[in-house]
Amino acid sequence: MTEPKTLLEASDIARALKRVAHEIIERNRGLENVVLVGIRTRGVPLAQRIAAYLNDIEDVEVPVGTLDIALHRDDFHLRTSAPKMSQIRFDVSEKTVVLVDDVLFTGRTIRAALDALNDYGRPRAVQLAVLIDRGHRELPIRADFVGKNTPTAREESVQVCLDESDGDDEVLLLTEE
Amino acid sequence: MKRKHLLGLQDATREEIETWLETADAMREVLARPIKKTPALRGQSVCTLFFEPSTRTRASFEMAAKTMSADTSSLTVAASSVSKGETLKDTLLTLAAMGAKCFVIRHSSSGAPELAASYSGKFGFDFSVVNAGDGQHEHPTQGLLDMMTMREHKGQIEGLNVCIIGDLLHSRVARSNVFGLLTMGANLTLCGPHTLLPQEFSAMNVKMTTNADEAVEGADVVMTLRLQNERMNGAYLPSVREFARLYGINAQRLKRAKPDAILMHPGPINRGVEISDEVADGAQSVILNQVTNGVAVRMAVLYHLLGGNEGNE
Repeated sequence: MTEPKTLLEASDIARALKRVAHEIIERNRGLENVVLVGIRTRGVPLAQRIAAYLNDIEDVEVPVGTLDIALHRDDFHLRTSAPKMSQIRFDVSEKTVVLVDDVLFTGRTIRAALDALNDYGRPRAVQLAVLIDRGHRELPIRADFVGKNTPTAREESVQVCLDESDGDDEVLLLTEE
Repeated sequence: MKRKHLLGLQDATREEIETWLETADAMREVLARPIKKTPALRGQSVCTLFFEPSTRTRASFEMAAKTMSADTSSLTVAASSVSKGETLKDTLLTLAAMGAKCFVIRHSSSGAPELAASYSGKFGFDFSVVNAGDGQHEHPTQGLLDMMTMREHKGQIEGLNVCIIGDLLHSRVARSNVFGLLTMGANLTLCGPHTLLPQEFSAMNVKMTTNADEAVEGADVVMTLRLQNERMNGAYLPSVREFARLYGINAQRLKRAKPDAILMHPGPINRGVEISDEVADGAQSVILNQVTNGVAVRMAVLYHLLGGNEGNE
């Protein structure tokens, strides 16, 4: 493995998320009926940070939920992690749900998340916010809000480290030889 | 988790039990969703084979499998070719030939699920076996759902004072709980009349007593066991009334436990025998909570046996 390349530093992540927060407000003309749902694991702290920025900007407390998609994956037989607790304590029906994840890659996680979300109700609309879009989609899925677009090679991997889970904020590009 | 069968908790590691319990917590959340259905076991076929009657175990295994989109079939043994003399082996292989990937087996003979598991991979068919209660041996998913319930109410199992009281001799529920709880670090007290308190347990790290008041003293969890009808008429007890008086859990006896102690029973309960009406329906009773957790635990067990979870985290 070669030396990892830093894609985003802590200050870049903060700026990107702040911009995403502004875009969410702009797109939805405010925050009425907007809720955030973070996809486990790193989508959860990202959703909480975006909610904090939304609160700073609009002075509105946006509900934040947690979604685990292990039970809805289509690569269940290949590699799955044990399911963890989801927690959506509000009704998603007739809400605009902004799904939040760290990296958008093949799109399969998002497909699974859309399925899982349907078990909670029928949102009026679902939007997608990601910190990194690295391309290589295998499904017709796109993000509405992107922190950073980063073209990558398929065999590379993007590692998002967050203070809450990893003790530090940074995004790295790793190349396997 | 690499396990293919769940035959008992005797050989389960602490790590395995923790994984099952954590997964079961996630499954309980699934069961609270407006739409209780996930595609996790789509295309898998689960067959329940009950050679003994059951309400909750069979129903909860079927609900667990269906919630995860598995196909289920259940063999009513009395109406099957078993009544014509077909052996367990031939019954299993016949169903495996139809595509069953998992057998949930209850049998009056201890060891029947283990025998069933020994056929997997030998005759051209590969399948998982879950023990849903075999003779006087084990009932591992009951042990797991009991531990899940304790964890839910008490936070953790390690260090809990758990008292199991009643007919320990014939109880597969008790045996699975003893193995699981010792692995998880609980302090165990077993209590029953001499005739129903097997001395084999004394080789394990448990306290044994024939005095129920003493056993309940300071307990965090009081678990009482069903006194089976056939024991009532056997030579084990002078009378059911005497058993109820000496070993039944009533409000007065329950007061000796900690004020926030929970009362558990695997069901079906004999009201007025091992448990009095007032405590069975009282605030400390978590009996119906155990039933609810049963579905979640069985989802977790099926998920890990059938899901090929190679642990990518």
